[in-house]
Amino acid sequence: MAQSEATAQHSVVHHPALAHHFENLEQQREASTLGMWIFLITEIMFFGGLFLAYSIYRSWYPQVFAEASHHLDIVLGGINTVVLITSSLTMALAVYYSQVGNQRKLILFLVLTLLLGLTFLGIKVVEYSHKFHDGLIPGVHFRYDGPNPQQAQIFFWLYFAMTGLHALHMIIGAGILSFLIYFAWRGRYSPEYHSPVEVSGLYWHFVDIVWIFLFPLLYLVGFHVKG
Amino acid sequence: MSEHIVPKKTYYAVFGALMVLTALTVFVARFDLPGILNITVALTVAVIKATLVVLYFMHVRYSSRLTQVIVAAGIFWLVIMLVLTASDYVTRNLLAPVARISM
Repeated sequence: MAQSEATAQHSVVHHPALAHHFENLEQQREASTLGMWIFLITEIMFFGGLFLAYSIYRSWYPQVFAEASHHLDIVLGGINTVVLITSSLTMALAVYYSQVGNQRKLILFLVLTLLLGLTFLGIKVVEYSHKFHDGLIPGVHFRYDGPNPQQAQIFFWLYFAMTGLHALHMIIGAGILSFLIYFAWRGRYSPEYHSPVEVSGLYWHFVDIVWIFLFPLLYLVGFHVKG
Repeated sequence: MSEHIVPKKTYYAVFGALMVLTALTVFVARFDLPGILNITVALTVAVIKATLVVLYFMHVRYSSRLTQVIVAAGIFWLVIMLVLTASDYVTRNLLAPVARISM
């Protein structure tokens, strides 16, 4: 075994991206995917805690939550949902083009994903500034005209904690995409080696899934009450 | 086992389904449905969308059995956290009168 490994190392030309502790690129790719999924599971539990807090407070104050959610902009939230799902499509296509080895289209779709991600964040900034001007930031300056402002403040605390944490993940994702674009431009990825693109794709899609739950829970929860 | 390349057509189909489901969830949210039906519909649609993303965009349908088990275990643990905590909060009011009688 040790001998055959030694011969393999000396006689066979390795792919430059193959780390020495892996048998082959296939095993290396499997390990990267698995490692990313284990990280994503810690992320699921991380966001899960906030979703749990949301569920409990909503079950305590359903009317107040429905009333408070009217202060969120469904149009902007809806546009952001479409933007984010579209960015998941462009990310999936970027992974596809890294698999088939089309470098030009890989870069194109990575850039598109980054632009859509930045669009999402831009719209989020507009939304946050509206909330700021309306005095809906939880804290000593919290101003709320409806009934039960104390309980409504809990809704806005959850809104900012959940969407803020989600936005932070988007910012990190945008940073990762910038690195991917740079390395793709340098020609580092090939059909044999593109784990970084694949694994970053998993992260990006995970962030998309978090929003898929945030949008109905935060924006649509009171849609039917007042119309 | 070599890497499975998902055809582009599949990605477009999943994207279309996600868009239709997004429109559906906004449309249904307009109506005041009886009881907990509003939130049930919203969460069902969200779970279907998340499942589509996990299976196709994240390639779990084509991944190794080990990856699939890890993903399933993660979701299972999340369900434990949500269900056990909720079972506590939901049943507190049921038990309170009994406690008072026994005192």
